Amino acid sequence: MAQHSSSPPPGEKPRWLDEPRNVTKVVWALVAVCALLFLSDLVYEKHPVFKVEYLFGFYAIYGFVGSVGLVLAAKWLRKILMRDEDYYDRDR
Amino acid sequence: MTAIAELAMPLNPGLLVILGGLLVPLMAPALARVYVLALPAAVLGYLHLIPAGEHGALAFMGLDLQMLRVDKLSVVFGTIFLIALFLGNLYAWHERDRMQRTAAQIYAGAAIGAALVGDLVSLFVFWELTAIASVVLIWAAGTDRAYRAGMRYLIVQVGSGVILLAGILFHVHGTGSIAFGNIGLESPGGALILIAFGVKCAFPLLHNWLQDAYPEATVTGTVILSAFTTKLAVYALARSFAGTEMLIWIGAIMTAFPIFYAVIENDLRRVLAYSLNNQLGFMVVGVGIGTEMALNGTAAHAFSHILYKALLFMAMGAVLFRTGTCKGSELGGLYKTMPWTTGFCIVGAASISAFPLFSGFISKSMILTAAAGEGHFVVWGVLLFASAGVFHHSGIKVPFFAFFAHDSGRRPKEAPWNMLLAMAATSALCIGIGIWPEPLYAMLPFPVDFVPYTAAHVFTQLQLLLFAALAFTFLMRTGLYPPELRSTNLDTDVVYRKLLPWLTLGVGRSIDASWTRLTSGSIALLSLAIDGAARNFGPNGLVGRTVRVGNGVAWVAALLLVVLVVGYAAG
Repeated sequence: MAQHSSSPPPGEKPRWLDEPRNVTKVVWALVAVCALLFLSDLVYEKHPVFKVEYLFGFYAIYGFVGSVGLVLAAKWLRKILMRDEDYYDRDR
Repeated sequence: MTAIAELAMPLNPGLLVILGGLLVPLMAPALARVYVLALPAAVLGYLHLIPAGEHGALAFMGLDLQMLRVDKLSVVFGTIFLIALFLGNLYAWHERDRMQRTAAQIYAGAAIGAALVGDLVSLFVFWELTAIASVVLIWAAGTDRAYRAGMRYLIVQVGSGVILLAGILFHVHGTGSIAFGNIGLESPGGALILIAFGVKCAFPLLHNWLQDAYPEATVTGTVILSAFTTKLAVYALARSFAGTEMLIWIGAIMTAFPIFYAVIENDLRRVLAYSLNNQLGFMVVGVGIGTEMALNGTAAHAFSHILYKALLFMAMGAVLFRTGTCKGSELGGLYKTMPWTTGFCIVGAASISAFPLFSGFISKSMILTAAAGEGHFVVWGVLLFASAGVFHHSGIKVPFFAFFAHDSGRRPKEAPWNMLLAMAATSALCIGIGIWPEPLYAMLPFPVDFVPYTAAHVFTQLQLLLFAALAFTFLMRTGLYPPELRSTNLDTDVVYRKLLPWLTLGVGRSIDASWTRLTSGSIALLSLAIDGAARNFGPNGLVGRTVRVGNGVAWVAALLLVVLVVGYAAG
């Protein structure tokens, strides 16, 4: 599903992102930035309103878990909600 | 006539835009495209020259109309509407369709007019005009789908106006006032007025006209549509229902449920329509909380939202314009030949996701802070979830599936210069507001006591967003992410596009069947009677048959015999 599933048309100069290794590099860069951000909880001064904000790396965990939950729930919803593209047109 | 004209002075800027728009069809396209840039620019200058206060008081058929109210809340909305019209017109520079260009000015003028009036009757007139003018932008797409979607859109929008009118009647009857001010749920007609605003604001279950119609409009039409109708409704809510607690919950639901649809939707302009709905939720929460900070947040968020949402629709419009499709399943790899559009789309994506240094950050954080400050823990949690979610589908999904993902092999040309210029200007505003929010804060209805760029705000927001990105990467790499599929997802429109037609057809068909059965039964009965009569009384029937004289005499003799016997027996 990533950027490398098909090669560019013949005669076209391959781009940096066409190389799967480079995509992996981007992914690792993101992981590194996330790790640093997670640790940044040690550095900045918190102004929590709710107790849950005292949890170390709360926003990071919430962002990750929330997003994964969102996508998996939506994927499951497809079973109920998904119809053919011409669902509304085919009676005509 | 002159007296009325004098009383109506200074003229409502929205009315000026409408009157100016009416001149567009008289012009050659070469002139019209320059003119529609000058028009909003001039009216924007004019709006800021009008002194604050209430003008244009008119007594008309016993109603005290207030044609113009200039205060901070109305000016901030009027300003962003005019900026959006300018940018939308620049984006549509290449368009040769006079109809669309005219309709866009009238539509925008109606929204601006509605934001600047001070009474409910004038509001109603402009409210309906936005519906009628805007549907042209959907119909102009010229497809059968667009025609049908436009018809549904028009029915819903005009319906909202009719409900508004009913609400106004109750309200005037109960209170004697037509002032477009704080109304609240308890006042007579308040509930109806709230529903009317709610339809236009795409409240949950009343929302589906938005996702149905906007993606069917023309490339340039959707950009215009995205700016006005729903934000006019947000303005009306802020004006009349600030502090209505129910709105906090309605808004929270609005931020959350559309993002599930956005994840599985294939048409990327429809994904943006769902995220538009989600962003409206934040504003509605702000209205519901109703504190100065929250209402400032709503106004600021409407301002930045109109810009980044227009920018995203512009980028997807450019893709549609160049490739003829906006479906995630058919796009990918476009960054190679549309690098500028890609860049501008990413600016829009970063802004809607509220990355620090982009416009969404300095406005959305006000609403979240207000919600937390008032102790709304659950709502705050939902808004935080929705913030991560909006990054997921508008921030990542839209640019990723259009411009990156798997290479679709498409090599479209870069967008036309006017589209690029419009996107560049909108991007500059998105970044400008993000870096330097003070001018926007100065326009807000209340004094701003809020610092967006604290270490805690920046770090927590970056954590939330980048871990959402990490989640996306994780799901993509593991193949758990649902692929883009050509599909339709059922939403509330299934009620009026399938269920109601099915019910109506069902009732109609059963009436039809019973009628057929009744009529054919009666016909059968009648023919039985006719056949019987024919058999007995017809030419060869028992009774009608002609008989010979001898037989006739025999019959008479037999009858006489019967009479004789009966007479004898009776005697």
